[in-house]
Amino acid sequence: MALQLPIFMDNHSTTPVDPRVLDEMLPYFSTKFGNAASRSHKFGWEAEAAVDSARTRVARLIGAKDGKEIVLTSGATESDNLALKGIAEYRKDQGNHLITTVTEHKAILDTCKRLEKSGYEVTYLGVGSDGRVDPDDVRRAIRPQTILVSVMLANNEIGTVQPLEEIGKITREREVLFHTDAVQGIGKVEFDVEKMNVDLASLSAHKMYGPKGIGALYVRRSRPRVRLVAEMDGGGHERGMRSGTLAVPLIAGFGKACELLTQEGRAESARLLALRERLRARIASQLDDVYVNGSLEHRLPGNLNLSFHFVEGEGLMMAIKDVAVSSGSACTSSSLEPSYVLRALGVGDELAHSSIRFGLGRFNTEEEVDYVADLVADKVSRLRELSPLYEMHREGIDLKSVQWVAH
Amino acid sequence: MSYSDKVIEHYENPRNVGTLDKADPSVGTGLVGAPACGDVMRLQIKVNDQGVIEDAKFKTFGCGSAIASSSLATEWIKGKTVDEAAAIKNSAIVEELNLPPVKIHCSVLAEDAIKSAIADYRRKQSDRRSSLDAARVGE
Repeated sequence: MALQLPIFMDNHSTTPVDPRVLDEMLPYFSTKFGNAASRSHKFGWEAEAAVDSARTRVARLIGAKDGKEIVLTSGATESDNLALKGIAEYRKDQGNHLITTVTEHKAILDTCKRLEKSGYEVTYLGVGSDGRVDPDDVRRAIRPQTILVSVMLANNEIGTVQPLEEIGKITREREVLFHTDAVQGIGKVEFDVEKMNVDLASLSAHKMYGPKGIGALYVRRSRPRVRLVAEMDGGGHERGMRSGTLAVPLIAGFGKACELLTQEGRAESARLLALRERLRARIASQLDDVYVNGSLEHRLPGNLNLSFHFVEGEGLMMAIKDVAVSSGSACTSSSLEPSYVLRALGVGDELAHSSIRFGLGRFNTEEEVDYVADLVADKVSRLRELSPLYEMHREGIDLKSVQWVAH
Repeated sequence: MSYSDKVIEHYENPRNVGTLDKADPSVGTGLVGAPACGDVMRLQIKVNDQGVIEDAKFKTFGCGSAIASSSLATEWIKGKTVDEAAAIKNSAIVEELNLPPVKIHCSVLAEDAIKSAIADYRRKQSDRRSSLDAARVGE
């Protein structure tokens, strides 16, 4: 098959809906359009059955015992907000302290900032140069007032997989609730709420070949039974934790996407890892001064985050414009600050500006990987010829010794 | 971020990329920005005896807008006198390249690069004159 441009290699940002997922969804837009809360007729029953089946599929993927533990939301941002604010408010008489990490998604960090403004205290744990949090740091940070620990399963920029099983042992032993934003790792790396003692987990369908606009919060129902205060008041849907008419077509698609990952996730991860290593090796064979950001060992199979020294990330993205990737460069954000995740690893600002994130997914091929590797190598070489830093480096000037005039 | 056609054109066909001999007294070199900020421009001018910039070269580490801004700057200053070049404002670069607000700093950096290259050239010239004067006094 001929190579089609543009190539999508940004599967951490979103993923296309799998055709099998779309097939599952379509009837619920037209013939099976009932409201899952209508208890008095067939249309409602049909919709409710679809939702229940989807819940079971979601639960199975994450090792949850019961579909009732799946609270459907609009996506992971809502799930993160509901988990943190909902637990903080419900447990405010027990304590006011939360623990998280500096490399979390903004949906966690900004929610924590808001909680701090309303009187809660938050400890932000640092990570090592490999991007991982030390479980002993979690243990040391727990106080009598600690009500919740939130650590992501896998990072969205560098793909680093966190040691949830070790952290879960600690939180269970200390009787502190444990939440994880599991969006990036679900179906790609091992995740089991029972084995890892996870009490709450945020999921998103569109990161796993399902539709946008639907996600879930897993809320443990037994040992311990987790309760929280709802953000959305109304008809009392989702066991009172999230009111609002259920988006049945999206939920059906979400369920199907989970089922596919339960069946195929392991094989898919092996394939993605092989593609990732092919991409890495092919770039490394053509270029010097390329660095991998984050742990290679504890990493999502489809993630490759590289810094191309002496070349600026946004400039490089412009040169490979037929390939969709993303960069930790400041220039891609409106804040002009480089990636806080890369900074947390101790990657210097200069290399953070030079970073590109490749996110491989279900529909990428070997041909695409080879094309992208060769294109990147060619364009990096060209941009280095344009780079005063590369010239200085070749003249033997230590760039750190130069007195730069920041502006 | 979508780029204007002019930014893309300069980015894909940058004018005057290269290096002039910075030891040459008729060459002025400006190096502005910082790697940690994500952009560094080096702009060089070669000035003839009439005070006209007869050649200009640049190299830039930065995004497409930074590369385009410095490429445009070299194009504009070639053939101008040093004083004319010193009068170029970043706002003219913004207008020509249709830069969005978040990229205005690229044009500021290009203006700084021109000014810094001119300052280096003038410093070299005055050093040279004073060493010539000193040589004459010694005759």
